[in-house]
Amino acid sequence: MASVSKLSRHQSRMGYLFITPTIFLFVIFTIIPVIMALYLSFTNYDIVSKNDFIGIDNYKRLADDPIFWTTLKNVLFYSVLYIPLNIIISLSMAVLFMRKRIGVKLFRTAGYLPTLTSGVAAATVWIWLLNPEYGLVNELLSKIGITGPSWLAEMPYAMLSIVFVTLWQSVGANMIIYLAGLNGVPDHLYESAKLDGANAWQSFRYMTWPVLRPTTFFVSTMSIIGALQLFDQAFVLTKGGPANSTKTTVYYIYQQGFGQLQMGYADAMAFALSLIILVFSLLNMKLNKEDESII
Amino acid sequence: MKQSYGYQAMLYLFSIAICLVMVIPFVWSLITSIRPDEEIFMLPIRWIPSGLTVSHYVKAFELVPFGLYFSNSFYLAMMGVLFNLLLGSLSGYAFAKLHFRGRDTMFKILLAAMMIPGVVTLIPQFFVLKHIPFVGGNDWSGVGGNGLLNTFWAVILPGASGSFAVFFMRQFFVSLPSDLQEVSRIEGSGELRIYWNIYMPLAKPALATLGIFTFQAGWNSFLGPLIMLNDPAKKTIQLGLAAFTYNKQVDFGPLMAGALIAVVPILILFLLLQKYFVQGIAFTGTKG
Repeated sequence: MASVSKLSRHQSRMGYLFITPTIFLFVIFTIIPVIMALYLSFTNYDIVSKNDFIGIDNYKRLADDPIFWTTLKNVLFYSVLYIPLNIIISLSMAVLFMRKRIGVKLFRTAGYLPTLTSGVAAATVWIWLLNPEYGLVNELLSKIGITGPSWLAEMPYAMLSIVFVTLWQSVGANMIIYLAGLNGVPDHLYESAKLDGANAWQSFRYMTWPVLRPTTFFVSTMSIIGALQLFDQAFVLTKGGPANSTKTTVYYIYQQGFGQLQMGYADAMAFALSLIILVFSLLNMKLNKEDESII
Repeated sequence: MKQSYGYQAMLYLFSIAICLVMVIPFVWSLITSIRPDEEIFMLPIRWIPSGLTVSHYVKAFELVPFGLYFSNSFYLAMMGVLFNLLLGSLSGYAFAKLHFRGRDTMFKILLAAMMIPGVVTLIPQFFVLKHIPFVGGNDWSGVGGNGLLNTFWAVILPGASGSFAVFFMRQFFVSLPSDLQEVSRIEGSGELRIYWNIYMPLAKPALATLGIFTFQAGWNSFLGPLIMLNDPAKKTIQLGLAAFTYNKQVDFGPLMAGALIAVVPILILFLLLQKYFVQGIAFTGTKG
């Protein structure tokens, strides 16, 4: 017995040793920053000189800052379009590319290709494609008699363009996640459903969709967290314009924090935004649970 | 499973349409980047260039030091891969195969942290990096200099052992049998030896997948380097590309060349390791 306890002591010592670097980095770059974010949001920290406790002044200022509310409205508008479309398109692509048809591998690869690009590279390419005069998009539209707008410079179109570009870039990854989820549905289930007279929609509604519930939950949660923190594409495609209509909250946090050096204020905004993200994530969780009990 | 030919044809048409939307931007930027200057702004558009030129690539490298940015990005991405593979597998192994007090609680906290939005930790991380003692002109209390800001460590360290890496490796090690561990212990091997000599070789597919993910994340990251690196000599390829688009009189030939250069390493990685890529996503997807 003595050797066993010696062995388990060795084991637990080594266990702690193995996780030490990770926990060390985790404490320094996650735990401490989260606590600090809360503290800094009550100060007027500006890197250079001041770091005084000013109570809830930052939050009061936040409530009266029209630009903050505009950015929030922008990201909410973006999310309301982006998240459902993302789920619908990536799921449809997965269902479409699920069966072993000729060329299906090629289709999957093509669908996945845009996810390899960075937000910056994707945005750069789309600046060219969406160019009002020489861009491919308007050129193709003119072939069918439509005069395309100046996509990135006109009011509703700028945000719609960002929705489109980010969808183009992200549906491929979610398609693969859905394809993985679809592997969980055995082929013979579809066969027998067919024999029982179920049409394509019915077998999707009563078999595919319920099986994919955990996958949808995963995809929607990640989309919420990502969408509300939109930055790269808005920064490159439109620089927040026209008239702040595509300025996102993270963009504004970046400007306030690292442009104006109003770090305390920027942190208050970051905190407010993460509370919103938390609320939406919880809502999403609840929505998913409730749906389950109905079925 | 007989379906009408019309239905099948429709599905194919639909599939092809989707693929065109996904692929045409790449094709079009490639064509733009290799066609002669005067043809770029020509209407109506022509798909086939009248001649081929590499002048836009040359110009891209002249306008922006892409070579330097390329190697900076490569260094950062590779360091990210090395740290995440080593630290992620070490702690993933410990959380999966070793028993110690507080293990499950710590793992749960680590997992929960994956849900914390990056924007919250952004500014405090800047603060922490600026005030790390004894580096970058700082004294013991972390005051005086710039700490780790403007060094590559400012980008590497905060992402050196992500929750995702730990989670991913743990899931993999859990799926491996524990018998090997028992046998080796009876033979008197230490835990470090068991981890390194027995389990790590078995984990190659998982390490490859995680490596690809980490490389891609490091190569494509933008906001972190934007904030932490101000020194022009330390800029990354994404920063260079973004600065490029700020040019008022945009030169689309070199711009498309630059965008393609920024995608090439990931593209090569994808083509080489396509199998792992899809497996890896499938793996994490189903576990989510």
